[in-house]
Amino acid sequence: MRIKAQISMVLNLDKCIGCHTCSVTCKNTWTNRPGAEYMWFNNVETKPGVGYPRGWEDEDHYHGGWHLNDKGHLELVAGNKLNKIALGKIFYNPDMPELNDYYEPWTYDYQTLFSPAKKHQPVARAKSQITGQTMDLKWGPNWDDDLAGSTETMQEDPNIKKIETEIKTNFENAFMMYLPRLCEHCLNAPCVSSCPSGAMYKRDEDGIVLVDQEKCRGWRFCMTGCPYKKVYFNWKTNKAEKCTFCYPRIEEGLPTVCSETCVGRIRYIGVILYDADRVKEAAEEPDDTKLYERQLDLFLDPNDPEVVAEAQKAGIADDMIEAAQNSPIYKMAVEQKIAFPLHPEYRTMPMVWYVPPLSPIMNYFEGKDSLHNPEMIFPAIDEMRIPVDYLASLLTGGNQEVIKAALYKLAMMRLYMRAKTAGKDFDTEKLARVNLTADSATDLYRLLAIAKYEDRFVIPTSHKEQVVPAHEAQGTVGYEGCKGCSLASAHGSMFAEAKAGKTSEEIYAESFYGGIWRD
Amino acid sequence: MAHPVDWFFWTVYPYLMLGSFFFGTIIRFAFYPGTITAKSSELLEKKRLMIGSIHFHIGIILVFFGHVMGVLIPKSWTDALGISNELYHMFALIGGGVGGLLALVGIFILTWRRFSDIRVHLTSSMSDLIVDVALLVIIILGMWASFVAGPRNPDFNYRTSLAIWARQLFYFRPNYLLMVGVPLTYKIHVVCGLAIFGFFPYTRLVHALALPWQYIYRRYLVYRRRPTI
Repeated sequence: MRIKAQISMVLNLDKCIGCHTCSVTCKNTWTNRPGAEYMWFNNVETKPGVGYPRGWEDEDHYHGGWHLNDKGHLELVAGNKLNKIALGKIFYNPDMPELNDYYEPWTYDYQTLFSPAKKHQPVARAKSQITGQTMDLKWGPNWDDDLAGSTETMQEDPNIKKIETEIKTNFENAFMMYLPRLCEHCLNAPCVSSCPSGAMYKRDEDGIVLVDQEKCRGWRFCMTGCPYKKVYFNWKTNKAEKCTFCYPRIEEGLPTVCSETCVGRIRYIGVILYDADRVKEAAEEPDDTKLYERQLDLFLDPNDPEVVAEAQKAGIADDMIEAAQNSPIYKMAVEQKIAFPLHPEYRTMPMVWYVPPLSPIMNYFEGKDSLHNPEMIFPAIDEMRIPVDYLASLLTGGNQEVIKAALYKLAMMRLYMRAKTAGKDFDTEKLARVNLTADSATDLYRLLAIAKYEDRFVIPTSHKEQVVPAHEAQGTVGYEGCKGCSLASAHGSMFAEAKAGKTSEEIYAESFYGGIWRD
Repeated sequence: MAHPVDWFFWTVYPYLMLGSFFFGTIIRFAFYPGTITAKSSELLEKKRLMIGSIHFHIGIILVFFGHVMGVLIPKSWTDALGISNELYHMFALIGGGVGGLLALVGIFILTWRRFSDIRVHLTSSMSDLIVDVALLVIIILGMWASFVAGPRNPDFNYRTSLAIWARQLFYFRPNYLLMVGVPLTYKIHVVCGLAIFGFFPYTRLVHALALPWQYIYRRYLVYRRRPTI
């Protein structure tokens, strides 16, 4: 057994309202700079829909992730090491998405709006952020938001192609859900495995996957290796970039920007202890529908004294172990089994999990007296608007039973809490049918519905002070090497100016504009 | 010094360029390792890159090894093996011709792409443009030398003049007189080739020296542990 700690996330899709606040705050923090305009480390997709980049789930096209070769061993879908050289893929990467698969980033010509008065109202036209030319907009990062234009594109959703339900033709019975996506910080990361330069790595202490900007040589195999298409190529620095899980914040015990700013409080961050020695074996499970359970098996019980002893022996810090014991992720994924990985069939062992959405069926069912007869939710869930097989195709590699069990549990918890709040009787034996008790149902309700900050985010501070001199490291985190990319360099220049004898008033006047940071 | 210009080009200039190549490479790898990338523009344009890049890279690798063999293997060695001059040149022209043609088609498409695709062109640096044009020029010169200038000068055999001079460069005693009688196309080709070596480490070409051998025997997943003080 080789225990490692992994910082991971669960998103409660039941509460996601698709407001894109996570995407916008993430973008403002990380990708608001030249070369990175088209990157969304975090984006929110409307499902069913083709997503960003277009059709990213179609691995027959993009060849991302892992599959099993003839001998039953893991192999990158994009090809093994020999294949990449022999077929000239090192000179041209055939699986790489083009900019148009994401979208050509644009801004608006705002200056014309402020020009002198004219006869006609001025219009801010779209200008490409790459060429500066006027653009005719045909596709964007979230073109099919809220099913907009979906009659044109929805059928391209690979999950729709897989399922049997009749949603294909019944547009008036359409359903939709939101899927916020970020890097999965996989246990069996194909991007790390694809990187010839060894620039990509998992951090030993918390499993965050990062790109070493100094070592990246721009091979782009990480982009194609990632089946979630969450590694991007900066056209200006010619290097790969990806979601950093806001590691500078995580190290301080703070949640990621996307989680912190989520207005629906749908995101949870916590620690999972897992057995790194068994990852490969689990990922080589031949049956797609069992991969979710194989991944669950990797997670170790942080309250088991043997696991704790082994973790301490492996050098995992005590507060990391304590965080694992209080982890909301462990509660939802392992104890309650209401959270699921995104596309486990890619065999990546992803670590950003999702609680499947429930609301549409409860509304559908409202009129059928479910409060008096909670048994009625079982058939209802089987007939809900977001088909179980669609969710299973997204979250469990096709295993519908586990999705149903989670939805029953969530629905039953709701009925129980409604009865309790309304002062009605509720036969708690019904709870036992979904493996809940009065106490655990209340606990789950607190975690999911009340979702207090301290319940959602259980993040240990890193012990960086033991490895780097904290004072010297100040202001050194972030993207360097491109002007205006990181505030760190701006802060650095501020200190340099102060040293050169400028007064704080002068520095303030140069660096701030109306109280807004000027970069 | 009977030929000051020849003396400069065939005694001083090669070492300026090769010196620039070696010192530039050392400086780039030692002090600016983070700037070494292939500068891929595949994100911005894919179709022409596919045809151009694959042709060019395969061609240029063949051409590179062709030059190494042609210049480094002395005529006496192939004579000793009983390979006649005609047979040798037939192989050299067929091998070099195939490689050269692939490289020429490739670099032509790549240069056309770099200047005509608006996204690629506007995101190119001056160095990218110069590299493309320089490679196009030198490959055209190389093909011209092999297939036009060569046949026009049947008495000229580069293996008894140019190649000997090139080998002499490696032991620092080049006899520039060997180059005086070489046809002009060959001379320009050599000067341009050395110039490319000269600016090689300061341009995108440097990616050719950053081959990730360690990937071949590396395990797939990489974990990095924090350094401890």
